[in-house]
Amino acid sequence: MSGIYIHIPFCKQKCHYCNFFSVASRKLQKGFMEALIAEIELQKDYLGNEQVDTIYMGGGTPSLLTAVEINRITENIYMHFNVSEDTEITLEVNPDDISQEKIEKLKETPVNRFSIGIQSFFNEDLKYLNRLHDAKQAVFSVKGLQDAGYENISIDLIYGIPTLTKERWIKNIRSFFKLKIPHMSAYALTVESKTALHWLIEKKKALCLDDEDIAQQFNILLDLMNRNNYIQYEISNFSKEGFYSKHNSLYWLGGFYLGLGPSAHSFNGYSRQWNASNISRYISLINYKEITFEKEILSEKQRYNEYIMTSLRTVWGCDLEHIQNVFGRKYRDYCLLQSEKNINEGTMVKKGNKLFLTTEGKLFADGIASGLFKI
Amino acid sequence: MQIMKNIRNFCIIAHIDHGKSTLADRLLEYTGTISDKDLQDQVLDNMDLERERGITIKSHAIQMSYNFQDERYTLNLIDTPGHVDFSYEVSRSIAACEGALLVIDATQGIQAQTISNLYLAIENDLEIIPVLNKMDLENAMPEEVKDQIVDLIGCDRTDIIEASSKTGYGIDNILENIISKIPAPQGNIDAPLQALIFDSIFNSFRGIIAYFRIFNGKIHKRDLVKFVATGKEYEADEIGILQLKQEPRSVMLAGDVGYIISGIKTSREVKVGDTITHVDRPCEKAIEGFQNVKPMVFAGIYPIDPDEYEELRSSLEKLQLNDASLTFLPESSAALGFGFRCGFLGLLHMEIVQERLDREFDMNVITTVPNVSYRVKTNKGETLEVHNPSGLPEQKYIDHIEEPYISAQIISKSNYVGSVMKLCIDKRGTLKNQVYLTSDRVEITFEMPLGEIVFDFYDKLKSISKGYASFDYFQSGYKPANLVKLDILLNGESVDALSTLIHRDNAYEFGRKICVKLKELIPRQQFDIAIQAAIGSKVIARETVKALRKDVTAKCYGGDITRKRKLLEKQKKGKKRMRQVGNVDIPQQAFLAVLKLD
Repeated sequence: MSGIYIHIPFCKQKCHYCNFFSVASRKLQKGFMEALIAEIELQKDYLGNEQVDTIYMGGGTPSLLTAVEINRITENIYMHFNVSEDTEITLEVNPDDISQEKIEKLKETPVNRFSIGIQSFFNEDLKYLNRLHDAKQAVFSVKGLQDAGYENISIDLIYGIPTLTKERWIKNIRSFFKLKIPHMSAYALTVESKTALHWLIEKKKALCLDDEDIAQQFNILLDLMNRNNYIQYEISNFSKEGFYSKHNSLYWLGGFYLGLGPSAHSFNGYSRQWNASNISRYISLINYKEITFEKEILSEKQRYNEYIMTSLRTVWGCDLEHIQNVFGRKYRDYCLLQSEKNINEGTMVKKGNKLFLTTEGKLFADGIASGLFKI
Repeated sequence: MQIMKNIRNFCIIAHIDHGKSTLADRLLEYTGTISDKDLQDQVLDNMDLERERGITIKSHAIQMSYNFQDERYTLNLIDTPGHVDFSYEVSRSIAACEGALLVIDATQGIQAQTISNLYLAIENDLEIIPVLNKMDLENAMPEEVKDQIVDLIGCDRTDIIEASSKTGYGIDNILENIISKIPAPQGNIDAPLQALIFDSIFNSFRGIIAYFRIFNGKIHKRDLVKFVATGKEYEADEIGILQLKQEPRSVMLAGDVGYIISGIKTSREVKVGDTITHVDRPCEKAIEGFQNVKPMVFAGIYPIDPDEYEELRSSLEKLQLNDASLTFLPESSAALGFGFRCGFLGLLHMEIVQERLDREFDMNVITTVPNVSYRVKTNKGETLEVHNPSGLPEQKYIDHIEEPYISAQIISKSNYVGSVMKLCIDKRGTLKNQVYLTSDRVEITFEMPLGEIVFDFYDKLKSISKGYASFDYFQSGYKPANLVKLDILLNGESVDALSTLIHRDNAYEFGRKICVKLKELIPRQQFDIAIQAAIGSKVIARETVKALRKDVTAKCYGGDITRKRKLLEKQKKGKKRMRQVGNVDIPQQAFLAVLKLD
């Protein structure tokens, strides 16, 4: 099982909280497309003979691509990779890009899953985040795609926004239920360094976040999703049975993936590499036939640490048997010993050979994971 | 009494950075003792730490030869440590000389430490040769600094040698002055042996090597000798002179400077200032000025990993082999488990020990709040020496407590005098003297408790005077003090390693500040942490580290994995450097929070 991620680094405007690589100018989009097509060919051997089960166009704003561009990308991937028949092909879209006309065009592409960046169904929150769409467009984007026959839809919601009250957060989740969407990614607003939001809060031009609110809204989320039969298959991801994102799951289950486009990350089991976050340099690969990237070869400890960090976040848990098989008995014993404290304090449970975070533990996943790390 | 007319023994008195080590190198070069600069820079400072900090921690000695007016002279340069913590060692090095080069940086002028060492030299009747160094620098102010020197030692203006140890300017002149002005040593070669130990070093093959200066008599290889203060007797396995390497000799006479190897295993047997004499024909009395050096500052040193206790002990033992002034005794703390109460000459010495433990022995340690040595007078009329706040007897048994005082000399530009005085008074100082060295340089003498110095005095002095004020001190006795024990409680439990003894008048403000500082340093955990300062059962200050409500990354996809893993690995490393007390994780630096208040 493997996947391909394509990073589309263009946006109409930057959201204040976003720290992904993208630019708010589209003048390099044509050159980027040519480079992307060239990179697909250059990287055709990266995944070996692994079958590609998921293709994911993220960003940036992939909904800025035309149907023609999307088709050109997928066709080139089909040409150079062993793509399975029922491949999940996801396009991230912004609600403001979704018109009836756009939907008609998208129907001419092989995209079969949409991830819609709704974030909130309230204009006040959208304004705080510096999103371009409004509440009405948010609802339309979902309904429009559903009416066109798309069922496999996910939306992103953000909680912990200072403007988002507890009541409004509940309403946001209820709107999600009402729209009968099978998948949701819910993220706590995070102030990353070097973002506009960081600067605005520092200068006291934006309200700052409250950990207490974030924790409370997280708990509300878990409770409501659980009661409506959504499975929290990863800390920030909820789904009806059968609608787990193949692509997201790849990251947490150690699957291989190839990242294409500036700043995209790739993983082949023993090393990670990431392309330079620079569009002009990326475009130069057309002439030089060479990709600018950084690479790290993972040590045994690092691979173990990554397994702990990702597996604990999932519904599949951290498998001690897997640790023993891959890393050896010493790692297994170490992991078990370190987890004792967490089990005693109720942030973790052990079921058979597997360790899971409890609801309480999920709020402290990072600290718990690092406690199990090997240095 | 004979005069050894071809020997000159001298030392260099200089402030840190005024160019002592470079000047020493230059003298070695001009006398042909080292051929060129392919040797390590600053030959005399041979510990890494010394070279990095640009200071000489331990003194050393070196012999040079110089031809002057067709005569061959032996010049013994005895190096002196350059920091206030080591003033006793300086005094012994000075006692081994007949003259001193007073080296002053022409761009900076005289500093406090130079003055106190200069006074020591004058007390010992040394001939002083003033040298104005760094004359090559554009911002040199020779006339002004010469005024200072003339005022200070009353020399003739023309006696001051202008030099630059960087370019070599004036070095020949210095060498000629050493020979023509510094008196040759005198002594009676036929009298009983009388040699002063002014330093010692540890050599892992040969044991302790003592450096000495012979005042009377002579010593042969294989002589049976006695160290007067310790009463121990040895055979002189090897004696010799100190050049770049040790050069063995079969006999050495009054006036000579050299080394002795006699199979001594621990540095404690070789005390700086002790007298070496013969077993069968001992001298009538020892050379004056010997003191048993006593540590002035105490702190607990604990391994971060409790399993490393034995390793810490052996590391401290090894450190002590070449650092006799370090003392340590096992102690235990309710908060930190087993460790050692260590005694240091001063704060710099403490920092050096901590750094050497880290660098040379890879030991991760927690150093607790330093304190001085208190004398507790009990109701029964006993006197107890207390080196640790938790070693204080119960209040009802205490009649009163006495604390050590120092006489502090501070030299500052006159425009900072106001703030310097305020600082000293805030630190319970009493003004004793104030002298204008020049129109804009003032020497102030304060009597103040040493306990106030060990906290943050030196850093504060530097900051209020923009780095211009210099400081030196010597101990001046004990005085009764109104001290209270200030305890720090974390979630209601007293953490003994954070306790301090403090003057009652300062306790409230100090308690408040330390709570604020600890709040900054203790990371948030999954529960609230109450930080309280208390005197006895009375809480005088409180802060709370609010519970961490969440600690989870929202997104964990392709690009997030590397970034997040690195972050969490860093967190894990940080955690390894913390010590759990009760259920609270306390980082290493929190134990020294009192040193960084404000």
